[in-house]
Amino acid sequence: MMNSTTSNRNRIEKLASAAFALLVWQAGAMLIGESLLIVTPIAVVKRLFSLFTEADFFTSIGYSFLRIVAGFLAGLIVGTLMAAVAGKFHLAEIMFQPFIATIKSVPVASFIILCLIWLSMGTLSSFISFLMVLPIIYSNILQGIKSTDRKLLEMAEVFRVGLLRRIVFIYLPQLKPYLMSACSVAMGLAWKSGIAAEVIGVSNGSIGEKLYEAKIYYTTADLFAWTFIIVVLSIGFEKLFLFFIKKFYAGLERL
Amino acid sequence: MDIVISGLSKRYGEKTVLKNFNAIIPEKKMTFIMGPSGCGKTTLINILMGLVEKDGGTITGVPLLKSAVFQEDRLCESFNAVSNVRLVCENKVKNKEIISHLERIGLEDNIFKPVIELSGGMRRRVAIVRAVLAKSDIIFMDEPFKGLDDKTKEKTMQYVVDNTRDKTVVIVTHDIDEANILGGKIINMEHLKTIS
Repeated sequence: MMNSTTSNRNRIEKLASAAFALLVWQAGAMLIGESLLIVTPIAVVKRLFSLFTEADFFTSIGYSFLRIVAGFLAGLIVGTLMAAVAGKFHLAEIMFQPFIATIKSVPVASFIILCLIWLSMGTLSSFISFLMVLPIIYSNILQGIKSTDRKLLEMAEVFRVGLLRRIVFIYLPQLKPYLMSACSVAMGLAWKSGIAAEVIGVSNGSIGEKLYEAKIYYTTADLFAWTFIIVVLSIGFEKLFLFFIKKFYAGLERL
Repeated sequence: MDIVISGLSKRYGEKTVLKNFNAIIPEKKMTFIMGPSGCGKTTLINILMGLVEKDGGTITGVPLLKSAVFQEDRLCESFNAVSNVRLVCENKVKNKEIISHLERIGLEDNIFKPVIELSGGMRRRVAIVRAVLAKSDIIFMDEPFKGLDDKTKEKTMQYVVDNTRDKTVVIVTHDIDEANILGGKIINMEHLKTIS
């Protein structure tokens, strides 16, 4: 009862703060009175509805979504495998360190421009998303592996528990908070960097290309509308992915 | 084959835990290791389990197939009792058999709850069933009955006796009554109290 009241109150507070922000935005845009600089939220909503009817709207979303998600999933898989190897062999951790440090510290724009020379437009956003996701997943999972309860591992050693069972019963449950937090952070970054790659590379038929056109033609309403779509896609995919991870863990615990 | 321990020694930094320790642990019998806190009982069974390196001495006859009830329960918290036991069992041990063992030890109402939700005494009993059902020739038990009330302790002790007849069992305990009830060889480490 108490929880439901608190949750309802939280929801109302969030809605109120969103409504307040929209009001400030609307008032600010009306005060400036120049749609080239800032459009009103109402204009953005109108543009969003008109975008839905455009022929290439869903194909642009599909193009970017598939590539960015593919990059994210590749980063998740490769980062996890690298962390598993580094967790087992200290030498591997040392060897991976310069690559991870480089990816973490080099600006994403430098990678995008470099990759423009190496890669096709179709694979650019996937690769950039992959590159940005990799160090986050690697670092978090490795930290999780290192924090695994030594006493449980000793227990597994005494009972001669096989690797697969160790992974399922010991490592995966202990990695859960690290995996959830890494995925949450990495997913947002995958979208930001992937779209940036599409804008700089002007990938044909992508959301990035739409943003680039909005910049060229000064269509601020388009810029806001597409940005809104990116945010919705990013948050929606994050929620969906984390939901499946939670489902996966719930299934695991029923084993 | 009996386990023969000769001249065993172990130090942690400046602290000598075991010095020239000798003992024989008979095969397929219960042996109780007794003594006050800090005399090296847990260190001794950790060495026998292969978890701690000895500094000196020889140990022969320790079977390869071991199982254990550790000082802490060392259970996988988010899994239920059956899963925790199955983790260490061979595939041929079916859930039905595991459930039957858990019921025998008084856990019938808590079999499918995550062990994190169980009381200390219940968790202890899950750890005991896990050690009993794992394929092993020797079972190490470090204060296995701690935290159990008298009635449950009696039931659990009977369960251990009934299910470990063909195994070597090494039990660390402070309680002489446990040794007297269960019966077996007693190795008293009192005179070996930690030398600093």
